Amino acid sequence: MKCDVVIAGVGGQGNVLASRVLARAAVAAGLEVRTSENIGMAQREGPVASHVRMGKGLAGGIVPDGEADLLIGLELAEAVRALPKLRPGGKAVVSTTVIRPPSVLLGASTYDVDGLLGYLKERVPDAVLLEAEELAAAAGNRKAANSVLLGAAGALDGVLPVTADQLLDALLATLPPRLHEVNRRAFALGREAPGKAGKV
Amino acid sequence: MALKVLLGNEAIAYGAVEAGVHVATGYPGTPSSEVLGTLAVLAREKGFYVEWSTNEKVALEVAAGAALAGARAMVTMKQVGLNVAADALMTLAYLGIEGGLVLVVADDPGPHSSQNEQDTRLFGRFAKVPVLDPATPREARDMAVFAFDLSETLKLPVILRPTTRVSHVCQEVDVNETYDPRPVPGFVKDPRWVCMPAVARARHPWLNAQQEKARELLAASPFNEIQLTNRLGIIACGVSYNYVVEALARLGAAASLLKVGTPYPLPERPVLDFLRRVDRVLVVEELEPVVEEQVAALAYRHNLRLPVAGKYDGTIPREGEFDVDRIAPAVAAFLGVPYAPPERHALPPLPERGPVLCAGCPHRASFYIFKEAARGTNAIFTGDIGCYTLGLASPLKAVHTCLCMGASIGMAAGLWRADPKRKCIAFLGDSTFFHNGVPGLIDAVYNRADIVVVVLDNRTTAMTGHQPHPGTGRTATGEATREISIAKLAKACGVNFVREVDPLNGKEAFAVAVEALRRRGPSVVVMKSPCTQLLKPQGRYRVNPEKCSGFKFCVDTLACPAILPGEEYPVITDKCVGCGFCATVCPADAIEKVVET
Repeated sequence: MKCDVVIAGVGGQGNVLASRVLARAAVAAGLEVRTSENIGMAQREGPVASHVRMGKGLAGGIVPDGEADLLIGLELAEAVRALPKLRPGGKAVVSTTVIRPPSVLLGASTYDVDGLLGYLKERVPDAVLLEAEELAAAAGNRKAANSVLLGAAGALDGVLPVTADQLLDALLATLPPRLHEVNRRAFALGREAPGKAGKV
Repeated sequence: MALKVLLGNEAIAYGAVEAGVHVATGYPGTPSSEVLGTLAVLAREKGFYVEWSTNEKVALEVAAGAALAGARAMVTMKQVGLNVAADALMTLAYLGIEGGLVLVVADDPGPHSSQNEQDTRLFGRFAKVPVLDPATPREARDMAVFAFDLSETLKLPVILRPTTRVSHVCQEVDVNETYDPRPVPGFVKDPRWVCMPAVARARHPWLNAQQEKARELLAASPFNEIQLTNRLGIIACGVSYNYVVEALARLGAAASLLKVGTPYPLPERPVLDFLRRVDRVLVVEELEPVVEEQVAALAYRHNLRLPVAGKYDGTIPREGEFDVDRIAPAVAAFLGVPYAPPERHALPPLPERGPVLCAGCPHRASFYIFKEAARGTNAIFTGDIGCYTLGLASPLKAVHTCLCMGASIGMAAGLWRADPKRKCIAFLGDSTFFHNGVPGLIDAVYNRADIVVVVLDNRTTAMTGHQPHPGTGRTATGEATREISIAKLAKACGVNFVREVDPLNGKEAFAVAVEALRRRGPSVVVMKSPCTQLLKPQGRYRVNPEKCSGFKFCVDTLACPAILPGEEYPVITDKCVGCGFCATVCPADAIEKVVET
């Protein structure tokens, strides 16, 4: 049994923290883990992809192309950039948050929001799409978007090797107590998302 | 024992604690920085000594002194840091040590955040010191403990060489937090601690003999492991072992494996044993063919006639970081089995997203001010290593060279010698100035180079995670200490024109820049303003639509991540930290501070 997750976003979105929460939950559930990410230059609003591998008999920290069981996207374009990691039939939980880099502001490259959304829906028809930053803001802090997405990922049936409650425990154990209430609310809003998305 | 999810770098720190380290030193550098950062936290609780040193050479010298007194010492740096420490290391191997001395030198295949991808295993061979190359965080912890014993048995420094995919990979690790150091015996005077030529002549044969002794000790270590299945052999070193195991699983193929954790000196016994049991062998390792060359030489010396595939026959790439996707085709080709790459779909056009200076970063203001002050002069801006290397991007385009730590000053002087009609302006950070900028500045004064040196003093070592440095008044473990003034230091070096100014105070800073360019150099401008990551936001700014001309001058000249182009006029988002520099540059005076009601 093995579960590979890729968390894609922009430096500063709480990507690394989300990977630590998954790792912590998996170890608490008696599994082995590997996480991997680039720290350093990437943190200055650069693209960040964290890899989390959970299961037994693990080797390296990098999720190979076409093998991720779940893609968690904190930002739309970065989620699409990481799609080659997803296996056929893999699941995706993606925030429709758009962060335009300076190259777009200066006209050196383009950010086609509708085009990227369309591509994502075509490649992963059952992708759960949500506005994680807005939901986090409703919970009390935009920066808790990572907790919203963890909640949404935890609510997917049979994808992660840990339950949503185990994930929430790991989240709270990772955060200082003063952030517990906001993140508990953010996680709960995310947790409702897959059901709602199904009804739309 | 406690089971913790640890980064490889944290696991190495816990290994050092378990080994009873007395003194730990280092200079920050990705991907190595968390080793000493973790030790600095543990030091307060356990009571050993940790320092961020001014540079890697000093770090190694402090550690070497401690080790000569019989203490266990660890020194941490990134791969290019070892170049700075090389002078000390090359001769320390001749002198030898008493207490265990372990250098943690983190390599960056890729590279992800370095100016080159040099291979420290090759450096170990050059310096004649053993190198351990872990595959996982857990193995890195075990190797850290082992390395201290090995160092003391051989009386040689030992290099532990994690790569990014160990340093920055998390794994569950059993941690023994007991700190039980043995007493430090103290320094014993002996003429052999003085590296006179006669000492070197006497010690060189000893050093060479230690290589063979190391080979034996490493052969008996648990870090090289043989798994035999058939007559096709794969030797894999460090993290490459993980990718080979996964590639075989993906291919549904089998091969005999030799995992190498000790690439230099390569232990003969397990390698010969393996070579005798296979018909062909493939060597998989990132970067240089360090293991491959030793395997080929060993096979030749022992008259083993078997093909060795790897870098020399082009099976394995010699550049860049590996992963399963890069290694699986090579393994398939070697085994003669089919390889089907994962199905690929063409991605739609994606926005280019490189790392950028943060919203409100004072470096943006410093570059803008000097660009304006030097406008029309075709000035050359020499850059250096730090966040401010990002000043090369559009629209600032204010970094024209970058070589290594501190090089901005020497290169500006050299450019001015060869191209004397142009103004040459060196930009380097505060930590970089202390690290290796000072000798360059003294050289510029001594040899009368007409250059301007701009120290971007953001009061921290920002790029690597905000470590303190000699200008901050804080030590690695948080104690208050003497704060060394960059401006006073520059004056003491003999610079006549030295000014300290806040770049966010745009008008005053601009006047200083103009004056510095007008004077005969060398002159020094210290652009002093703390890193935004260290401060709470100082309020917010907004664009006043009634005053804004809609030219978007702020967007096009600053590219601050907090300013979006908007439909008619720019919009300042909640990323704004209130630096206010955009308000200084706006030609229409349309940017104003938001008044909280």
